[in-house]
Amino acid sequence: MLAEKYPEEVKKILAKYPPEQKRSAVMPLLYLAQRDEGFINKAALEDVAQMLDITSTDVAGIVGFYTLFHDEKAGKYRMQVCTDLPCALRGADKFLEELCGHLGVKVGETTSDGMITIEAVMCLAGCDKAPIFQLQSGEGIETHENMTMDKTMELVAALRKSGKELK
Amino acid sequence: MAALLLRHREIPNIGKMDVYKKNGGFGAFKKAVTTMKPQEVTEVVKASGLRGRGGAGFPTGVKWSFIPNNIWPHYVVANADESEPGTFKDREIMENNPFQFLEGAAIAAYAVGANAAYVYLRGEFWTVAASLDEKIADMEKAGFLGDKLFGSDYSLRIHTHLGAGAYICGEETALLESIEGKRGLPRIRPPFPAVYGLYGKPTVINNVETLTNVPLIVEKGADWYKSLGTADSAGVKIFSLSGHVNKPGNYELPFGTTYRELIYQYGGGVTEGRPVKAIMSAGASSAMIVADDKALDTPMDYASVRTLGADLGSASVIVINDSVDLDWVINKTIHFFKHESCGKCTPCREGTYWMLHLIERIEHGEATKENVELLNLVARQMQNKCLCPLGEFSTMAVTTAIERFPADFIPSRAGGSHG
Repeated sequence: MLAEKYPEEVKKILAKYPPEQKRSAVMPLLYLAQRDEGFINKAALEDVAQMLDITSTDVAGIVGFYTLFHDEKAGKYRMQVCTDLPCALRGADKFLEELCGHLGVKVGETTSDGMITIEAVMCLAGCDKAPIFQLQSGEGIETHENMTMDKTMELVAALRKSGKELK
Repeated sequence: MAALLLRHREIPNIGKMDVYKKNGGFGAFKKAVTTMKPQEVTEVVKASGLRGRGGAGFPTGVKWSFIPNNIWPHYVVANADESEPGTFKDREIMENNPFQFLEGAAIAAYAVGANAAYVYLRGEFWTVAASLDEKIADMEKAGFLGDKLFGSDYSLRIHTHLGAGAYICGEETALLESIEGKRGLPRIRPPFPAVYGLYGKPTVINNVETLTNVPLIVEKGADWYKSLGTADSAGVKIFSLSGHVNKPGNYELPFGTTYRELIYQYGGGVTEGRPVKAIMSAGASSAMIVADDKALDTPMDYASVRTLGADLGSASVIVINDSVDLDWVINKTIHFFKHESCGKCTPCREGTYWMLHLIERIEHGEATKENVELLNLVARQMQNKCLCPLGEFSTMAVTTAIERFPADFIPSRAGGSHG
């Protein structure tokens, strides 16, 4: 249960919104529910729904609508490469293809050690810094800009070695 | 001229409270709260000619003046959802000059009598939100947020709210739905947010860059601000330059700078020294501009860009050289909008789906002439039929690329060039 596991965080989240509008807390609470496993399990859906007096179907609708909420397990890190137009004009498609080759996976797949899932995503608001990707884990999201394949593989090695926590 | 918005490029550490204060920070907020009536603040912003920098270009002070005084409470929401391919200005402001943006939000809140403001950031701005939370705490500590500010009766709190990956939430009513803890589906308007906004209360929604201009206007006055820029486009603007240029990035320039100056003087020219083929003036939702001499010498202001059959919008300039074909380009833009369509309006939900099927067939060289005509027809049928601009946005590049670059859509040509 989130309220018992993260009492301080839950209190802080609820305080942001008028008491009669606590449904507003659904998105921050879902990020919290996603923290441990990197995805939102069925029990967490029910838990969040109960805390906010809405149905678990409502909560599942939110999870399904927003791309940064996940209802299935993936690698510890989701490496989300932008391949939208401005990045693609600077070689993002080729970058993604090479990255997949280096890791021996296709887009959407997870490396055999369960560490990294490769995803192609929409614009990350860093068009001048392509190739660009973000790393999402349960802990949060961080952006990596102006990436080369060498820098990326160094990062992958570091992640594999340390299971590095995100900022 | 000294930078007015991207001040961190000239003043190191302006993102720190002491440095920001030393450079006049929060003087405008104090001036507003202690010496001006809320209505006077709105009047100054109205007189300055400041227009919304998120893309729509609506006069900011006019927007504030729509807030009625018989329904309470009021809210201010900063739109930091920056998600359109080609836009990356608000990220730079919030990462580097956050207090000027937050001060602008605070002044807006004072002007419309709001005691709470929300900053809605796209989920991808996770670290930006964390750093804004720290800056908001700094402001509380320094007495710029909280109760009885500057000894007045005015109180204000600012909160961040993180989205979770949905371009549609940049549309203001979808954004409000999202803060309310719902899926980001646009509302039917009227009523407009100024009357029925967040939690059904009067709400002002402004873009990050727009708000970042506000402290300058309150401090230096409407006439000073108006003296920058051109007749219909007051002030300065951040132009986000991306695509086939040697030095992509944000450039803060007066309105009226030409595309040629932006691309060659500031952007270091086109990659591989190739000619510019097309310009998208306002991100992926832009019409496709043929980059001839007339276009390159067009001043970037609201009225002049319109003469090219395009819009200045958020001034996110995507440069495309002659190494790629436009069918590949619009495959990219259609793919984006198809992914981001919220599904509420049938023309957008179905139209983007069918446009994607058609453009993939065209790009793979499997299309007939009728397929190109059908793509154009589907796009045109979507126009003016959706609740929010997303549906319309998805068609702009399609119809204009087919019209202005017909050679790139001849079905028989052998395999197009890709990026």
